[in-house]
Amino acid sequence: MTNPIAAAARATPDPIARRVRGLSDRAIAWLFVAPTIFLLLAINIFPLIWTIRLSFTNYRANRPNEEVEWVGLRNYIRILTDDGIWANMQTTAHFLFWTLFFQVVIGFALAWLINRKFKGNDLLTTLIVLPMMLSPAVVGNFWTFLYQPQIGLVNYVVELVTGTPASSFSMLGPGGYAPWSIIIVDTWMWTPFVMLICLAGLRSIPDYIYEAAEIDRASKWRQFWTITIPMVLPFLMLAVLFRGIENFKMFDMVVLLTGGGPGNETLLASIDLKREAFEKWRTGYSSAYAIILFVTVFGLASIYVKALNKVKER
Amino acid sequence: MSAYSITEPSSRSKLVAGVLVVLYAFITLLPLVWIISTGFKSGPDSISYPPKVLFEPSLEGYVNLFTTRTRVGAEEFENLPPPETWYDAIVRNSGMVIAGPSRFGERFLNSVIIGFGSTFLSIFLGTLAAYAFSRFKVPLKDDLLFFILSTRMMPPIAVAIPIFLMYRELGLSDTHLGMILLYTAVNISLAVWLLKGFIDEIPREYEEAALIDGYTRFQAFRKVVLPQAATGIASTAIFCLIFAWNEYAFAVLLTSGTAQTAPPFIPTIIGVGGQDWPAVAAGATIFLLPVMIFTILLRKHLLRGITFGAVRK
Repeated sequence: MTNPIAAAARATPDPIARRVRGLSDRAIAWLFVAPTIFLLLAINIFPLIWTIRLSFTNYRANRPNEEVEWVGLRNYIRILTDDGIWANMQTTAHFLFWTLFFQVVIGFALAWLINRKFKGNDLLTTLIVLPMMLSPAVVGNFWTFLYQPQIGLVNYVVELVTGTPASSFSMLGPGGYAPWSIIIVDTWMWTPFVMLICLAGLRSIPDYIYEAAEIDRASKWRQFWTITIPMVLPFLMLAVLFRGIENFKMFDMVVLLTGGGPGNETLLASIDLKREAFEKWRTGYSSAYAIILFVTVFGLASIYVKALNKVKER
Repeated sequence: MSAYSITEPSSRSKLVAGVLVVLYAFITLLPLVWIISTGFKSGPDSISYPPKVLFEPSLEGYVNLFTTRTRVGAEEFENLPPPETWYDAIVRNSGMVIAGPSRFGERFLNSVIIGFGSTFLSIFLGTLAAYAFSRFKVPLKDDLLFFILSTRMMPPIAVAIPIFLMYRELGLSDTHLGMILLYTAVNISLAVWLLKGFIDEIPREYEEAALIDGYTRFQAFRKVVLPQAATGIASTAIFCLIFAWNEYAFAVLLTSGTAQTAPPFIPTIIGVGGQDWPAVAAGATIFLLPVMIFTILLRKHLLRGITFGAVRK
């Protein structure tokens, strides 16, 4: 390590530079922040405003020459009164609830086990983390192979373990398993994320708290519920927030696994949105759809963050 | 540290924990092992039941990944000169001839260009912004930081509609530059948050000393702060690279020909009657392996980065 202060002293520029101090701090601050803000305005905020504008029209992107009509709130009313869209919202909620449930339970359990600090826990942690680093599209696509009826590895393992013949059911086909199949893949992929955050939480608990509890003769069970859980809770809630936002937006993995099928069994809102926008080309309508989804995520996340801050204050 | 600590788990509980975690790791790695091994199976072996764990390795999948093949008439096939190369021979074995290279190479190269391009830009802009947020009084700082973060809550499809229209107007559809700008915009929020955390940790005294010595702010940033933040910048860069590398939704909606990356391409690899699984697995292996190796080699920084980003907020 070189000492930066010494290095700075050695490289002191000539006296002229001493008088010309270059730009003021304020100017530098703006110079440094401006490109980022500009990029976000151009590629995030401007499109968002455009989407809001489009959502009040009947514009269709595949017919750019057609006259665009202002339709007011018609798109919004249509979407909010459409039973199909409410069904998609329920599919999304089902997916969201069970993925979060499994990821929290398994992720926390794994973190708790890894925190026993047995030999080799470092390497095992890295291996367990691998799935979340990989492309959900490429991996999702490959899972359709594992889920193949009759020849797939999943069916084989199920036959091996339970004795149910492998050719008697299909994980992605009709029979009602498809919504659970996508939950399994998402849990496989993202449990490590929850695990890592829980692990950070567990490691942030100082030893002396447990030592004090030992001295007070609190049982291990009691220590777990009165020390471990409350101290990890803010971390766990944060992990749920991130996973919740991500899974509400979930598109790539599921679209390659099931494409929304069979029927509409796994048609998450974001996949439906893609169909409306880029297959049926109902641009105005799907813009309104997008805004409704965005407001939903933003609203739920804001309420959740308030709850999270209350937990943190305790 | 004393030899005996009441908070140290007992050796029996360590053993039980170890066994359970190894079991989980085994189950969770099985699909990845399956991807890699399927890449080396022949077509019939890949779809045999019960699934084959032991098989004769074949490079058919890899050859099919990089080539396009056609069937020729029986008579013509008989009269062909003997295969010149080992991959010719493999294709000939399945009764076909090589028609030309596939587009996998191009798609992979696109992934590299767009991945590294957007990572470089995100880090360049993100470091500047993070430094300003860390060191200066920026008006509405907290609002700006929250604004930067909230841009991540938008579903990709919601952004994709107007971006699609905007890019069509600007001629950025299906170009490398368009994708680089887009991925940079998505990545920069995370980059600024992570980098601000790393720069916050560097003591201000270093720069102040440099300023007293006659450095300008800019020189102090370049010669004092940047070298100190190098590790943080590197691990942030890896996150940006992995995101851009893995991204699918924008890539499939906004690119089709010239700028398409590998993730939308790999699922479209088809053989006779459906997906050519050994070729898909070969493509997936080539595409996923760099990330796996990266993750294992750089685990310390990566794992810290994941929790850091979370715990900071």
